[in-house]
Amino acid sequence: MSVRIQVTINGQSREAEVEPRTLLVDFLREHLQLTGTHVGCDTSSCGACNILIDGQSAKSCTMLAAQVDGSEIITVEGLAQNGNLHPIQEGFKEEHGLQCGFCTPGMMMTAVDLLNHNPDPSESEIRHALEGNFCRCTGYHNIVRSVQYAAKKIRESKKEAVA
Amino acid sequence: MIPAKFDYERAGSVDEALTMLAQHGDSAKILAGGHSLIPAMKLRLNQPGVLIDIGRIKELRYIKDGGDHVAIGAGATHDDILNSDHFGGGLEMWTEAAGMIGDPQVRHKGTLGGSIAHADPAADWPAVLLASDATIVVKGSGGQREIASSDFFTGFYMTDLQDGELILEIRVPKPPAGSKSSYQKFMQPASRFAIVGCAAVITMDGGSCSRARVGMTGVADGPYRATNVEDALTGKSLDEGAVESACADAAEGQSVMSDHFASEGYREHLARVYAKRAVMAAS
Amino acid sequence: MTYIGKSVKRVEDKRFITGKGNYTDDIVLPGMLHAFILRSPHAHARINSIDISEAEKAEGVVKIYTGKDIAESGVGGIPTGWQVNFKNGDTMKEPPHPILVTDKVLHVGDNIACVIAETKQQAKDASELIEVDYELLDAVSNPRDAAADGAPLVHDDAPNNICFDWELGNPKEEVDAALEGAHHITKLELRNQRVVPNAIEPRCAIGQYEDSTGKYTLYTTSQNPHLTRLLMTAFVLGIPEHKVRVVAPDVGGGFGSKIYHYAEEAMMIWASQRIGRPIKWTSDRSEAFMTDAHGRDHVTTAEMGFDKDGKIVGLRVNTHANLGAYLSTFAPAVPTWLHGTLLQGVYTTPKIHIDLVATFTHTTPVDAYRGAGRPEATYLLERLMDTAALEMDMDPTELRFKNFIPAFDGVEQEGYTTQVALQYDSGNYETVFKRALEMVDYDNFRKEQEEARKNGKYLGIGFSTYIEACGIAPSAVVGALGARAGLYEVGQVRVQPTGKVSVFTGAHSHGQGHETTFAQVVADRFGIPLEDVEIIHGDSDSVAFGMGTYGSRSLAVGGSAIVKSIDKIIEKGNKIAAHKLEASEDDIEFAEGKWTVKGTDKSIGFGDVALTAYVPHDYPEGVEPGLDFSSFYDPANFTYPNGAHIAVVEVDKDTGKVTLKRFIAVDDVGNVINPMIVDGQIHGGLAQGIGQALHEGAIYDDFGQLVNASYMDYTMPRADDLPSFEIDRIETPCPHNPLGVKGAGEAGAIGSTPAVVNAVMDALRPHGIKNLEMPLTPERVWQAMQS
Repeated sequence: MSVRIQVTINGQSREAEVEPRTLLVDFLREHLQLTGTHVGCDTSSCGACNILIDGQSAKSCTMLAAQVDGSEIITVEGLAQNGNLHPIQEGFKEEHGLQCGFCTPGMMMTAVDLLNHNPDPSESEIRHALEGNFCRCTGYHNIVRSVQYAAKKIRESKKEAVA
Repeated sequence: MIPAKFDYERAGSVDEALTMLAQHGDSAKILAGGHSLIPAMKLRLNQPGVLIDIGRIKELRYIKDGGDHVAIGAGATHDDILNSDHFGGGLEMWTEAAGMIGDPQVRHKGTLGGSIAHADPAADWPAVLLASDATIVVKGSGGQREIASSDFFTGFYMTDLQDGELILEIRVPKPPAGSKSSYQKFMQPASRFAIVGCAAVITMDGGSCSRARVGMTGVADGPYRATNVEDALTGKSLDEGAVESACADAAEGQSVMSDHFASEGYREHLARVYAKRAVMAAS
Repeated sequence: MTYIGKSVKRVEDKRFITGKGNYTDDIVLPGMLHAFILRSPHAHARINSIDISEAEKAEGVVKIYTGKDIAESGVGGIPTGWQVNFKNGDTMKEPPHPILVTDKVLHVGDNIACVIAETKQQAKDASELIEVDYELLDAVSNPRDAAADGAPLVHDDAPNNICFDWELGNPKEEVDAALEGAHHITKLELRNQRVVPNAIEPRCAIGQYEDSTGKYTLYTTSQNPHLTRLLMTAFVLGIPEHKVRVVAPDVGGGFGSKIYHYAEEAMMIWASQRIGRPIKWTSDRSEAFMTDAHGRDHVTTAEMGFDKDGKIVGLRVNTHANLGAYLSTFAPAVPTWLHGTLLQGVYTTPKIHIDLVATFTHTTPVDAYRGAGRPEATYLLERLMDTAALEMDMDPTELRFKNFIPAFDGVEQEGYTTQVALQYDSGNYETVFKRALEMVDYDNFRKEQEEARKNGKYLGIGFSTYIEACGIAPSAVVGALGARAGLYEVGQVRVQPTGKVSVFTGAHSHGQGHETTFAQVVADRFGIPLEDVEIIHGDSDSVAFGMGTYGSRSLAVGGSAIVKSIDKIIEKGNKIAAHKLEASEDDIEFAEGKWTVKGTDKSIGFGDVALTAYVPHDYPEGVEPGLDFSSFYDPANFTYPNGAHIAVVEVDKDTGKVTLKRFIAVDDVGNVINPMIVDGQIHGGLAQGIGQALHEGAIYDDFGQLVNASYMDYTMPRADDLPSFEIDRIETPCPHNPLGVKGAGEAGAIGSTPAVVNAVMDALRPHGIKNLEMPLTPERVWQAMQS
């Protein structure tokens, strides 16, 4: 059998027929060619596949495409707006928060979710929020700095907007 | 990792889900958040013929004050519980435990109903339900029934949930005035499930403990209430020495699990340490 | 210098942070099929039969291959890149490693059949219909047990499972005599446990064959595409090298595990030629645990002798090294020439001897893993040092200061010749250690520790002063030691007619930031903007040749090759400039992007010379047009990064859980081109080394099953397991390469592990515990505290 789904991905409505067992991550990568979302494990552990579903970070390897029918999804490809990098993307570049880049999209999606809820997280809150994301390259040191950079940048831009 | 083939149906309401369950019988599995089921299906340890998705049933996703209890819809996620302000007055352990489950992504999708139906012996919620004297409300073709949490968890990945039944709600009675609670967990460092988890609700009356509820998970092949610890605490003023000696038998009578993270002896020891830590934090 | 020494932000980042990286599994080719490899669930079993008849009928299946098909086609097995001889001169045992097995499986995950179907789902579904009849056999997984009489044999022609035995250092009797006369001997039984590399990107290979041109393309997750091409064409498939293109696009981490030329790579190429369509295979994490080459796995007895003043008089080491079921690319080299040679450490030990036995076991093959051999050497030395200090009631810092090799720069003072076949390039070991002690505020720490102990809190401090041999390696030297390849590197610099520069390097970047660091070197040497330089790597059709990235060699060897080509370009530019400026070549000098006639303001810019080279209308006689040079750089010596690492831990006395409170690392990696990137390399290495000390370790049961083959069971260090690191550097230039660099990729993983273990032992001092096996899990520590 197949299931018909409609999702809004990075602002664009997409429709597709999928086999029920199609994992969301395979749907993104193989049906929509959004290959920025990666698969690093089988056990919902590593977070390389993290995306935002209706504003919340989620592991797209542990969901069926059928489950997100009608949802709004943001992937790493949807972070930059009008050619401007999202502050978290800037943070990762400025603070050398990535090396091989494979865990980076998932790591950034988790960080975006954190900063949406907690605009000024402490180091320990950042580390705790990243508990579902593995990185083998950076030792997390500069990832923490990257999130702090983005947090500051977002706070400052909000202040400016108010002023 | 690819699950075996299955059919997929989405239920719009509890009644619709029950009808589907009745129709498909044994071959059907309920899909809520999917965070226990889908990993098992990817490994092909679980190969249902039909998945009935109840993830969109709004009537299952709530947390509300029921007067003498807090009512949690089976579809409430761990994250819903973590961010709820219903868990004060002796129910703090609910938010504490919610924050220790998996990681943020798992908490966003995993549900309370899904977790307890799965009944992983190292899951956090069973200890909290037991220490809460919670009641599980389930519904099947034969109608609705209420199961005390002490009757609900029947063993290793086993519950009293019958074929064709769906969990609707978890009812958490508000503990007596003067109660405090805490959930303390020694994490399995890879999976972040509990090697030992202890939920404790302590009610103090004039300097001594008038009521104690201690739920344990991870220690044995199923969760349990450490009634011997509860008895030993009751009537005592809870200084560190008293708590330590009351918690000495936290794993007594259990068939304690063993794995490469914790042997039987070490687990038993951790049960004592974490029972003490939870009781101290709740008193 | 505009760029060198500056933390230039990485030019490669944009594609990664916008989701536009191009990893192997992202590649989709027209008509591409998908492969699933059926793997052995058993560690050791005879295969009585394989029945693929039902699977062949399954939906979407195009073809199923078994070992018989491969064997009948006459292709070879997977080779190893290094040969080590027995002590008696006999050649090591080198049993075949078939692409798909025929009659016997030798480890869990061994390749049995390859199912090729239209979709990956169909390939997986069909694989479940294959019936394999196994006859189970006994298995052995511990390298010392494997050598015992009567142990189950992995290969019939390797008695006692011994691949080779080996020794290095001073004559054994001299070392025995030195220890005999020692005032004190510290002896430790150590297990440097097996770890799983766990690059977050699982391996992937796509094979493509085009009949019309006879050309093969392999897209693969490799640290060394050219080496893979060489091994695959010359040794495995026997197909013409010039008809094979190997592309390693963006690669999501390697750590040594992507050096090995894996069977799946050859399998995809072989099958794509037969089927006539491209075929992709992507590993899942469970497969990665079972089949990515593992690291470490030594069982060691180590003894160090001291005189009454604490001077080391001798070191005797006896090690069994686990090679796994088959020989991977670097397997024979890791426990020998990358391990035994480092036993001098940074100390003046006068007599050293190592005896080593390398054994086959029914486990996943072992290969280089971040540090490869050098962490094992450092671990035993540094554990001995802290333990000896404890036993002799000396301060571990004082013991080190008594034994350091004095500072030498390798220019004014000669390099230091060790007892174990190396000559260190330059070093300032004492200064490095002093800086680290300053950062940790050692004197204060001891007071704090004393106070904490009174309050029942267990704080500990541990030290590690390490050295490693990197920048591998001089080809003639490694050739004499058994390498079957040279270890030079290739760097081509092409100045385009408009003065923009394309650089082709045989080093491969999979996180190391070469596209930035190498561009900094090139831009500065030419005096041009960084944006005018493009670094190209990872494609055997673009890059002439290369040995790839491992052993902290990219900048020291690959960077030096680029510098050689830059020098050739400047030299040729001198001729062109002299002609254009109507001056003698001797009067021309190049600086800051232009050629100038010395002592005048007459000059010609970089772009003008480039254009002239390609439009040679007004051009010096006898000079070829164009401005494009390629160089092979073969290093004169290894490089020797070194450093001092200090860990501060707290042990929870109720549970045995260790919390890493602080980690200080002062490293001397020679000159630094991009401090930000070097810091990042150190951080990553530290996390891996700390992971080995506290969390990680492959566990095999008595049946040879890998018990913890998933992220639910194998503990990976996470953000909330680690503190922020405190790091600093001392820069002692390497005297023998043009950049003065030593390499930074492995340092963190080499120094950190013993520092953490030493810190835990220090914390447990009141319990009289001297030695515990890694990883120092809560239970292991707690159990020790009980006894």
